[in-house]
Amino acid sequence: MTRAGFVIANLGRRKTRTILTLLSIVTAFLLFGLLQAVNVLFSTGADFVGATRLVTQARVSFTTSLPMRLLPQIESVPGVERVMWSQWFGGVWQENDQLIVQAVDPARLHDVYPEFVMPEDQWKAFENTRTGMIAGRNLAEKYGWKIGQKLPIASNIFPQKDGSKAWTFDLVGIYDGKDEEWQRSTNGGWINFAYFDEANLFARGLAGVYIIRLADPDRASAVATTIDRMFENSPDETKTQTEKDFNVGFFRQIGDIGLIVRWILFAVFFTLLLVVGNTIAQSVRERIPELAILKTLGFADRAVLGLVLAESAVMCIAGGLAGLGLATLIGIVIGGASFPIAVDHRVWVAGLAAIALLALAVGLLPALRASRLTIVDALAGR
Amino acid sequence: MSEAMVRVRDVHKSYARGRQQVEVLHGLTLDIPRGDFVALMGPSGSGKTTLLNLIGGLDRPTSGEIEVGGVRIDQLSGGRLAAWRARNVGFVFQFYNLMPVLTAERNVELPLLLTRLSAAQRRKSVAVALEIVGLTDRARHKPKELSGGQEQRVAIARALVSDPTVLICDEPTGDLDRRTADEILGLLQVLNREQGKTIVMVTHDPKAAEFARRTLHLEKGQLLEQAVQDSP
Repeated sequence: MTRAGFVIANLGRRKTRTILTLLSIVTAFLLFGLLQAVNVLFSTGADFVGATRLVTQARVSFTTSLPMRLLPQIESVPGVERVMWSQWFGGVWQENDQLIVQAVDPARLHDVYPEFVMPEDQWKAFENTRTGMIAGRNLAEKYGWKIGQKLPIASNIFPQKDGSKAWTFDLVGIYDGKDEEWQRSTNGGWINFAYFDEANLFARGLAGVYIIRLADPDRASAVATTIDRMFENSPDETKTQTEKDFNVGFFRQIGDIGLIVRWILFAVFFTLLLVVGNTIAQSVRERIPELAILKTLGFADRAVLGLVLAESAVMCIAGGLAGLGLATLIGIVIGGASFPIAVDHRVWVAGLAAIALLALAVGLLPALRASRLTIVDALAGR
Repeated sequence: MSEAMVRVRDVHKSYARGRQQVEVLHGLTLDIPRGDFVALMGPSGSGKTTLLNLIGGLDRPTSGEIEVGGVRIDQLSGGRLAAWRARNVGFVFQFYNLMPVLTAERNVELPLLLTRLSAAQRRKSVAVALEIVGLTDRARHKPKELSGGQEQRVAIARALVSDPTVLICDEPTGDLDRRTADEILGLLQVLNREQGKTIVMVTHDPKAAEFARRTLHLEKGQLLEQAVQDSP
């Protein structure tokens, strides 16, 4: 037998209680893993995009479009390398599957987003086909789309001139991301702005947002300020921010996901602290005479402290790792094109820190109590 | 028997009872020679267990000196005293105080976790200790699967396994029937005679005291007289 074996044996003293406590830890860390993954998805949905691009939107709201006449003025700002614009199309596939489709100038998309990788002949086809559409790999695989296919896509926002909401696009390309993170961003599609602008009933010559590729990312702030000043006190005041901030702001339409996740996790861990802390404390209370015997046999105060702390650590580590492992598995199973969550190394690092903190928080007080026992009083039941 | 294994000099011990200080031992002086088997008797509250705890290094005197095996244990720090207990003293209690989650052999092995012995050496020591108390065949049983007498034998094996020089026994037969008690006391006697263990035993039972070489009577925290008997 080793000291570790003794710790394990003590955990098996009341199996039902230990299993139930373990299950509560597993559940808490499962929740932690999934919620953190969602948090990472929403807050860093833009981390990897860096600050190489700015997004200019109407100051009132990004749902308000901006006129195309702003384009040459934005292009004239020093530090601006290339500008594209996009108009939100949305799109509904078949019964009610919502799509993320935007209308763009193909050549400008190609220049501003080199992270989207596609064979040059498909880029050319996109430029030359007015009804052309390109789809991200994830989106295409989700619906089994093939190049050359005609895609009937409805729009709830933009009807065609004849009033019909049904649009048909020719799939001319399928693009990938340049790396794993960008690959996870291939859930959308792009249509040709020229066709959209001409064929839709009312939104003529309007850009949803302008996306600006910078010559020097360090000048992002200066360029953004210059653009916004340029349109100050005009009918089309703008708000320019980095793409990352724009994306985070977009997600915050739903709410501050980070804050919501933090509050849920706070509630979960507070409850867990009470449940596991009480279990460990009760376990120590029940065996005060045994702990006194350990000290009688020569176990020093620090050794007894270590044994009790080790018990809480084993429980928290076992439950925590199982919970995070389960969350990872679930992330793999449900994470995909439509909801690309991943319990990745960031979640695991946060999870391991939470396990260590929890083990210390629930074990320290009972361990100190055990280590400070007076042998004679404990043996006499005082 | 030779020089004093245990030297107690003018020991006072007081406890706080609420706001009052109650003195349990009043300037007690005592020598126990190496290899002795002493029974401490006296009425409840006379200070027997207090004296036993002081000799075993489980408690500290309010004043006075206690020397065991040449070491002034009243001057040792908490950590050193714990290490000293692990090396020099074996304890046997009335209610056995075994770890219920461990088998007999694991219980016996427990004090050896504090040593640098290898797993193989520990296993060997445990086997020897269980052999001495005659419980080799019950090594894999947990305490709840053993009789009271067997549990006490395991406790004695646990006390012996680290080969201490002193055995401290607090009412070791208080929870046993006469026949089993006599077996346990006979075992202690063998350990005293054949292995030279110095044994200090608290008991209320005059028949148990007869197994010791000497009986010391305490009353109101003071030593009354010594009786030397021919043990059976």
